[in-house]
Amino acid sequence: MKLRNGLPLLGGFLGALAAGSTWADYRWNFPDPATPLAADTLHVHNLFMLIITVIFVAVFAIMAYSMFVHRKSRGHEPATFTGPRSRVQWLWALVPFAILLFIDYIIFGIPAYHAVLTDADSRNGAQMVVKVTGLQWKWQYEYPEEGIKFVSAMSTPREQINNQAPKGENYLLEVDNPLVIPVGKKIRFITTSTDVIHSWWVPAFGVKRDAVPGFLREFWVRVDRPGVYRGQCAELCGKDHAFMPVVVHAVPEAEYLQWVGAQKTAMTAQADSAGREWTQAELMEKGKAVYEANCASCHQPGGEGIPGAFPALAGNKMMKAPALDPAGRLVRGGHLDRVMNGAPNTAMTAYKDVLNDAEIAAVVTYERNALGNKTGDLVQPAQVKALRGSKT
Amino acid sequence: MSHDTPHDALPTGMKRWLYTTNHKDIGTMYLVFALIMLLTGGAMILAVRAELFQPGLQLMQPDLFNQLITLHGLVMVFGAAMPAATGLANWMLPMMLGAPDMALPRLNNWSFWILPPAALLLVTPFILGLAGVGTGAVDTGWTMYAPLSIQTGWGMDFAIFSVHMLGASSILASINVIVTILNMRAPGMTLMKMPMFAWGFLMTATLLIIIMPVLAGGVTMVLMDRHFGTHFFNAAGGGDPVLWEHIFWFMGHPEVYVLLLPIAGAIPHVLSAFARKPIYGYKAQVYSLWAITFLSVVVWAHHMFTSGMSVGGQLYFMYSTMLISLPLAVLFFCWIATLWRGAMSFEAPMLFALGFVTLFGWGGLTGLVLADAAADAQYHNAYFLVAHFHYALYPTTVMGVMAAVYFWLPKWTGHMYNERLAKVHFWVAFVGMNLTFLPQFFVGLAGMPRRIPDYALQFAEFNMLSSVGSLILGVSHLIFIYVVIQCVRGGAKAESRAWEGANGLEWTLSSPPPYHSFDVQPVVR
Amino acid sequence: MSETQAHYYVPHHSHYSALLSAGVFLLALGFILRLNGMPPGVWSMLTGFGVMLFVLFRWFGMVISESVGDLYHRWEDRSFRWGMAWFIFSEVMFFAAFFGALYYLRVIAAPELASFDPAYTPYPNFTGAWPSSGPKGDPFTPMAAWGIPAINTLILLSSGVTVTWAHWGLLKGRRAQLVAGLAMTVALGLLFLGLQAYEYHEAYTELGLTLKAGAYGATFFMLTGFHGFHVTLGTIMLIVILLRSMKGHFSAENHFGFEAVAWYWHFVDVVWLLLFVFVYWL
Ligand code: HEA
Ligand code: HEA
Ligand code: HEC
Ligand code: CUA
Ligand SMILES: [Cu+2]
Repeated sequence: MKLRNGLPLLGGFLGALAAGSTWADYRWNFPDPATPLAADTLHVHNLFMLIITVIFVAVFAIMAYSMFVHRKSRGHEPATFTGPRSRVQWLWALVPFAILLFIDYIIFGIPAYHAVLTDADSRNGAQMVVKVTGLQWKWQYEYPEEGIKFVSAMSTPREQINNQAPKGENYLLEVDNPLVIPVGKKIRFITTSTDVIHSWWVPAFGVKRDAVPGFLREFWVRVDRPGVYRGQCAELCGKDHAFMPVVVHAVPEAEYLQWVGAQKTAMTAQADSAGREWTQAELMEKGKAVYEANCASCHQPGGEGIPGAFPALAGNKMMKAPALDPAGRLVRGGHLDRVMNGAPNTAMTAYKDVLNDAEIAAVVTYERNALGNKTGDLVQPAQVKALRGSKT
Repeated sequence: MSHDTPHDALPTGMKRWLYTTNHKDIGTMYLVFALIMLLTGGAMILAVRAELFQPGLQLMQPDLFNQLITLHGLVMVFGAAMPAATGLANWMLPMMLGAPDMALPRLNNWSFWILPPAALLLVTPFILGLAGVGTGAVDTGWTMYAPLSIQTGWGMDFAIFSVHMLGASSILASINVIVTILNMRAPGMTLMKMPMFAWGFLMTATLLIIIMPVLAGGVTMVLMDRHFGTHFFNAAGGGDPVLWEHIFWFMGHPEVYVLLLPIAGAIPHVLSAFARKPIYGYKAQVYSLWAITFLSVVVWAHHMFTSGMSVGGQLYFMYSTMLISLPLAVLFFCWIATLWRGAMSFEAPMLFALGFVTLFGWGGLTGLVLADAAADAQYHNAYFLVAHFHYALYPTTVMGVMAAVYFWLPKWTGHMYNERLAKVHFWVAFVGMNLTFLPQFFVGLAGMPRRIPDYALQFAEFNMLSSVGSLILGVSHLIFIYVVIQCVRGGAKAESRAWEGANGLEWTLSSPPPYHSFDVQPVVR
Repeated sequence: MSETQAHYYVPHHSHYSALLSAGVFLLALGFILRLNGMPPGVWSMLTGFGVMLFVLFRWFGMVISESVGDLYHRWEDRSFRWGMAWFIFSEVMFFAAFFGALYYLRVIAAPELASFDPAYTPYPNFTGAWPSSGPKGDPFTPMAAWGIPAINTLILLSSGVTVTWAHWGLLKGRRAQLVAGLAMTVALGLLFLGLQAYEYHEAYTELGLTLKAGAYGATFFMLTGFHGFHVTLGTIMLIVILLRSMKGHFSAENHFGFEAVAWYWHFVDVVWLLLFVFVYWL
């Protein structure tokens, strides 16, 4: 048996290391780093892997040698020693100890120390802020300085997941609204969550930070080269944890500003539209889109829900009861209240901070007039807007 | 006077097993229970690996997937690994220490009998869920992070009470072990003369008594948050989800050493027997076990580097975690020095012991890499981590236990097992293990998160390999079962000292040993 | 030491364990069903509880008769002592979890929640001052230390004195002192429980201090509640020991049962002191 124990492992890992540093394809090692932090971690990681591989080989070469030479079938007579006795033996016993201390606290310890400090330095010299909020199961991005805010959900069609359609190139790693950031700028990210713990992870950035409900966490990113970077939620957050990708477009400054401009125009248009009267058709069309992006993952595309876990909206009593009382006030525990304020301690979170007035009005109208429901009521964006001012 | 009841008055048949307070019978029940749980947990993960064989959802929806991985983790750790070690302790401690039985035999009986209902509680909602009743089993991952565990369905309530019972069982079993070791040793056997295995389990038992009550308190808080309106883990009420992470890992980290230490105690016996040479560095190993025990309760937050800890916290937990490599290196060197210049032969127990040392060596070394707080951002909750802990857990709780089982099987049954088949078992397991978990390092580094039922296309090839490997692993267990059944049924007669190089009191008893291990305590010089 | 005793009492079989576990299972199952909106769970709970009571009664009865029948000697006695000591240690760790939670929420989580950048946090007005029911919690009045809690401290401290006094009586062979001391201890325990019940009533009706009162309410009731539960158990055990003392089960040499309960009682006592300091006072 001798060397057979060590060889396959060893071969695999040396192969992996070689692959990591020479192949462009990086499918066995970290992706190409795009930020200083990622470069740092890749470097440290390669160093670590090399050292532990060497230790592994060295230690087990000794063992393999012994297994080969000191075997009964070769007639080796067993020795009887039991422990380090003489001073020389103790010295020998302590040498590996010293080597280990050196490796742990000097070779590993010092770069790790610097990396931890750099990693934590999210505020100094930060040029902009992005707030990331985890929701089941999508990300909301907010640029407080620009007043931009949107939700980013996976765009891979269900048919691909259920093997009814061929899988696309970026299967599971594509979203409807990617995060857009400028290259070369130090960006301070703040994470939080509205329901359970999520974790925002982009491997090429070398960052992974939990999003803890009610608490804020920070990290920073400075992307050096433009590109599209992909990642995933890295903390089990319920049913669709696997379908909560992160996509970041890092673009040159000018392009970024252009994008910001376009977003702002769109937002003003939306704010204006909240004031006007919407037709049923308009509300239904928008409502369908909002529903499919935000609600269908739990309540299902047809509104049938998942028994035991997520209530059906189709034929739901709540859809028949009024959402607003005659004076235009919210009905407590009613349809609109559930959507805006959620149900505590359940997966149904408050959507008033996630969706804008028109979206809430549209999705509620949609739910009341589709999915097997037919009340004929409309909820107007202006009505939702009015509710926001009043205390809920 | 140990014959307080004549033997022929003992109940027979079912009742013998149901009522027994005999350490050997209880040990057997523990081991059989652990094997059943290994198969259950293994069957669950085989379903998972089948789903992960290729991208896309083929066999199950995500909610079922989450239940399966969660149950796999809980069943393997609390149902298979810990009871297996306790079974070994029950069988071997009285024989190794020269005692008639465990110190508290009735309690021993009870600590076993808590396990089956606890396991039943864990899987009941799963089965009901399959039948369309209720919301299914706990699906939060074995870490049960709040607030997901507050939000999820009734499976969590079942898990909470199951954890309470499992905890009670291991606390009672630990008390029994500690009392037995402290009070039942043969005259002349000082603590520093007792077998390594007793030391390993003494440390494990101590750890369990420290950590299990804390977990019990923690899940009680989850229960309160779920049903009685408290806000332990809810920021709106001044609670903190991260509090749960601290509680869980205060248990969870030492728990991995709970699994390791009994095996670290048993392996030297095997190595020494087949190297035909005394254990090297007994004292150094005992001190290392102490050091590991102590360190293991002060490093828990290395599982939480990405939760947003202060810089001071990160540095402390990183450096203290690295410290554990020192006592473990001592153990490794002592094990290797035990082999050095011996006269080795490679029967199945030895193969498994060497397999444990090698594979766990790699698992431990990758643990050292994970300890780096900054780079951990890349490893955490990625498959690299899954690979690390299976390289630590599988060699320990499966290979290590197998080494011990094959080593003592002749003693227990009075028969030699089929050596050829046992060697085949080892090689199949060895190949299967590496094929399953080695590729997981690579997909992990490339960015595949854990706990996902479906993955991006670039991870496909390695996952396929890994799934094939798990099937091979499954086959290895079937061989094992065959060998054990064959050996219980019959085979070459085993001598008292079944192995040429074996040492210790247990080998002075006949094979199989008498009902009461030592009616008269032997005197150790 | 063990050299002098060549034999150890090894009981042979016991059908109680499996039965006890079945009881525990039914109790847990029933409770789970009850919690999830299935009222018939109560019947399962009651059955389970009944089975447990029955088994405990019989089990302890058996142990007591073995003890009285002189089957236990110094070797066995040492096992029991070690066993009880480690059991109490496990209880210490159980309370440690709750004290740890209190420490964490008060010293780490509350200030942290208050420390976030007001521009981004959902709770910009939260100050993190303790006692706290959190940023969205309802107002409440915390429990003052120097009323009932202080009296309860005195009660528990004196009960520690009375068990010790009873122990002296036992050691000196004065059964009257033993019984009187135990009776006083039981009375003090009951008094404590009564006062605590009154305190809870006040908290709920007048102070707005409930389980739902955020981090403070949660930790307050968790710690004092579990302590109260332990006092209840301790009192029941003391009553049993009192009855056994009256029957003359204990001698100056052989009274492990008494000592185990006394240890337990002291443990409950010490936990209360910590509680008084960290929950009520500071
Ligand atoms: C038996 C189980 C077991 C064991 C023994 C270990 C041992 C170790 N583990 Fe592991 N670990 C787990 C089981 C185990 N682990 C599990 C289950 C998880 C994940 C849980 C979850 O998230 O679900 C985990 C997760 C985990 C993490 C968290 C990562 C993350 O979540 O991001 C970390 C981080 O520090 C870590 C580190 C270590 C270290 C430093 C050791 C050390 O003890 C290792 C020491 C050993 C050696 C160093 C090798 C042996 C020595 C030699 C070969 C001699 C020569 C050595 C040198 C010269 C260096 N482990
Ligand atoms: C001691 C602990 C232990 C052991 C032994 C194992 C053993 C195995 N584990 Fe486990 N594993 C964990 C503890 C353990 N695991 C933990 C704690 C987690 C984390 C859970 C979480 O995320 O919360 C985990 C998670 C985990 C994952 C990650 C899931 C995910 O994140 O999505 C995977 C994936 O491959 C995996 C695979 C395996 C495999 C293939 C084995 C194999 O070794 C299993 C081999 C055994 C068999 C294959 C059974 C053989 C039986 C048959 C073939 C017959 C079946 C028939 C009958 C039942 C009659 N495990
Ligand atoms: C993460 C899962 C999830 C998502 C996403 C989600 N819901 Fe819900 N929803 C729930 C759950 C769980 C409940 C049940 C809450 C309870 O128990 O009271 C619920 C309840 C409701 C109810 C009340 C139904 C009833 O019978 O009590 C309405 C209305 C509703 N959701 C609408 C929506 C809308 C509109 C959206 C999208 C904007 C949405 N939900 C998105 C999980 C979700
Ligand atoms: Cu969000 Cu996982
Ligand atoms: Cu750990």
